[in-house]
Amino acid sequence: MTFTVEGRAEADRTASERELEQIVREHAGRLAAALVRITGDFATAEDLVQDAVLAALQRWPIEGVPNRPDAWLFTVARNRGLDALRRQSNYRAKLAELQRPVPSASDDRLRLIFTCCHPALPRAAQIALTLRLVCGLTTAQIARAFLVSETTVAQRITRAKRKITEAGIPYRVPDPNELGARLRQVLAVIYLLLNEGYLSTAERGQSRDLVDDAEWLATQLHDLMPAEPEVAGLLALIRLHRARADARFDPDGNLVLLEHQDRSNWDHDAIAAASHLLQRAAKQHQPGPYQLQAAIVACHADAPDWSTTDWEQIVLLYDMLLHLAPSPLTRLHRSIARRYTAGPEAALAEVDALAAALDRSHIYHATRADLLATVGRADEARTANRRALELTANPAEQAVLRRRIDWGDGAG
Amino acid sequence: MKYVLLFVETEQFEKDFEAMSQPDRDRAIALVYKWMADHADKIRGGSKLQPAATATTVRLDAGGEPVITDGPFVEGKEVVSGYTEVEVDDLDQVLNMVSTWPGCPTVEIRPIMEIRPLVS
Repeated sequence: MTFTVEGRAEADRTASERELEQIVREHAGRLAAALVRITGDFATAEDLVQDAVLAALQRWPIEGVPNRPDAWLFTVARNRGLDALRRQSNYRAKLAELQRPVPSASDDRLRLIFTCCHPALPRAAQIALTLRLVCGLTTAQIARAFLVSETTVAQRITRAKRKITEAGIPYRVPDPNELGARLRQVLAVIYLLLNEGYLSTAERGQSRDLVDDAEWLATQLHDLMPAEPEVAGLLALIRLHRARADARFDPDGNLVLLEHQDRSNWDHDAIAAASHLLQRAAKQHQPGPYQLQAAIVACHADAPDWSTTDWEQIVLLYDMLLHLAPSPLTRLHRSIARRYTAGPEAALAEVDALAAALDRSHIYHATRADLLATVGRADEARTANRRALELTANPAEQAVLRRRIDWGDGAG
Repeated sequence: MKYVLLFVETEQFEKDFEAMSQPDRDRAIALVYKWMADHADKIRGGSKLQPAATATTVRLDAGGEPVITDGPFVEGKEVVSGYTEVEVDDLDQVLNMVSTWPGCPTVEIRPIMEIRPLVS
């Protein structure tokens, strides 16, 4: 975990824009849930929500945020929806329901999340649908955040909505026997938002802070499913990352690796609260990948400095994580911890064994460079750093690697 | 909603099945029959197909005469070996059903297009 990097999002966005987006997000999912229930049609509800969100983002900055944003959004959606409903035979019954805002039950919002993340939809569509319907993002905002064109996002949404209708993807919370697998799909979507925001691989100063959306979604899900330890685990993971976000860049905007971060800049109250959340989840004795990742981050967050980090505990947690979810990248992170329990030579041997699986990973080459430099193989370290530099598009990471190469010592 | 389940066999599955002893094979077939019986209320028809080697394919897009070839339309390691039409409320019900399917290793689920009659 010595080389995790991200781009700084939302640098240029004003506070009022963020505030506006937060208000929209607070209400969009509830509106969507209520509309799907009333219209009985997921695709129509999705269109109506998008119309209402766009209208809000246009008009609120000029007219001010209404006293009841939810009622305002509902009225706009209702007016747009009447035309669509007039074409339907059961128009009168539905019209009667549209006369008053319907408070959406928590079960409605859960149904919405599970439908958006249905395994019969491709992952990219799951993400786009969740962001649009549950978080109230516009197509343009999603496109900017993922560096794809608006057309691409719009197509994903259109295809996904067609598939929901034509393949009969239901609008409901899965049965208990399916819930575990389906919840994993939802958590995977939130985790990808965290990664995309936290480890973003390119510059996107104007883009939405996806980590903020990830935290919001995980918070909602945790409120709705408080007994699920992996939901709590993922929420704790996100909060532990955010609690240390301010220390990850120096005043000039350069990336600061964990080893060199000023830990007094961490939000220690937030760290304590997230650790507490994680401990409560762990009491259920159902360990999972998100709880374990959060536990690893908590180990780092608890240490007063790099040298007092409990590496033995971290290696143990990685062993558990690898047992549940084997992955070469997790193995790489474990070997970084092994450097402090078994020494750099042993760690390097473990890293070298991953060459075939991780040759395209810049983190692999950067880690290897660090270890090579530590054991005095400076030339090889420089070569490995150059290879890492070739493989990353992230400017902050590139800067760190260039510094290493320029100093010629391979160390960060 | 109506769906067709397309049962897909692999070469490996076929080999493994042939290598079974007769009693084991009978037990495997009995499991499939039991599954069909368990879901009889949802099943609207279907058949097991003869092996892919018995297939004949006609191509009409070659220009001129239809081109007739022996074998399935895609030569591959995976072939459709049977189909079943089911009627359920939604995709999750089919997924639930298919999750306990005891036969071939792959099942493709395709919703049936509702065709409105041209003349009422």
